[in-house]
Amino acid sequence: MHIPDGYLGPVTSGVFYALMLAVWTVSSRVVKKTLKARQAPLLAISAAFSFVIMMFNLPIPGGSSGHATGGVLAAILLGPSAACIAITVALVIQALLFGDGGITAIGANCFNLAFVLPFSGYYIYKMISYKAPVGSNRRVIAAALAGYIGINAAALLTGIEFGLQPILHHSADGQPLYCPYGLKTAVTAMLGEHLLIFGWLEALVSALVIKYLQKQAPELLIEARQ
Amino acid sequence: MKITAKLWLGIAVLIVLSPLGLILPRYFKSTGAWGEVRPQYTQGKSSAPYWGQANIYPAAARTLKAKLSGSWKAPLADYGFKGWEEKGLMHSSAAYIVSAIAGIGLIIIAVWLIGKMLAKKRD
Repeated sequence: MHIPDGYLGPVTSGVFYALMLAVWTVSSRVVKKTLKARQAPLLAISAAFSFVIMMFNLPIPGGSSGHATGGVLAAILLGPSAACIAITVALVIQALLFGDGGITAIGANCFNLAFVLPFSGYYIYKMISYKAPVGSNRRVIAAALAGYIGINAAALLTGIEFGLQPILHHSADGQPLYCPYGLKTAVTAMLGEHLLIFGWLEALVSALVIKYLQKQAPELLIEARQ
Repeated sequence: MKITAKLWLGIAVLIVLSPLGLILPRYFKSTGAWGEVRPQYTQGKSSAPYWGQANIYPAAARTLKAKLSGSWKAPLADYGFKGWEEKGLMHSSAAYIVSAIAGIGLIIIAVWLIGKMLAKKRD
């Protein structure tokens, strides 16, 4: 769910750009300090995986469609700060090269998908998988739950961002200037879709890859930084 | 095979399969993700609330139309080639795959550059 141009008012766009500037700065510092050289190719792989998985649009009843992000997966493998960088790269290229997501909305889209998604997913994963052996089922379940909750957190926020626009930005006679859908409609639509369908998709993607890595490269799961 | 090679292979497989992400929504006549749909002022009926139904909010529709028409001209807008929209599924799928390859190529370059920038100050 990439917010296009024209849906968020300038103040909203500006606020999220400012917030992300802080997040990107801190994340860069953390990555600089903690990312091991051997993890660097994983950063590219995570960004590439996120990008391509977002091309798989799944149609749902009602006419809408959506996709998984691979963002929680990136956080599990690299830690949330590196994941933030990876997903930001994917999102910015999507916006600039493909018009997928507005330019003015890059701040907001990154806040939802490159910050809230990986960070919330990461800490949920860490909590549920606490002290579980690398090859255990609990890790897979943790990844699935983290993916489900992470993407729903991002979806909820996106719904709120949309829904606040008519309140924040309207003409003198109350007409909405940007997204015209209020909180109830926007949050219901976004959260509903992700609770019912896309959350499961994200959970599945996260779980499958973790399961694969448990067999093929368990050393990648040994410890994510931070 | 090293794990990174295996993972890149996996991504290559996903690239080849990516047209599914184009074909499935078309087959099921999706309007697109909620909120992502371009304004369709004269057509399109869908039970999912989408921007087309926002005609009742002319101010918003005006802003959106202005923003979308006068805004950023993405080189590979909507993961396709300009002028190829009417050419049918085979062409769209090919364009989708090319888009995936182009996007990932740029991602690799971007991540490499970022890696260089971050590594420089690490002494």
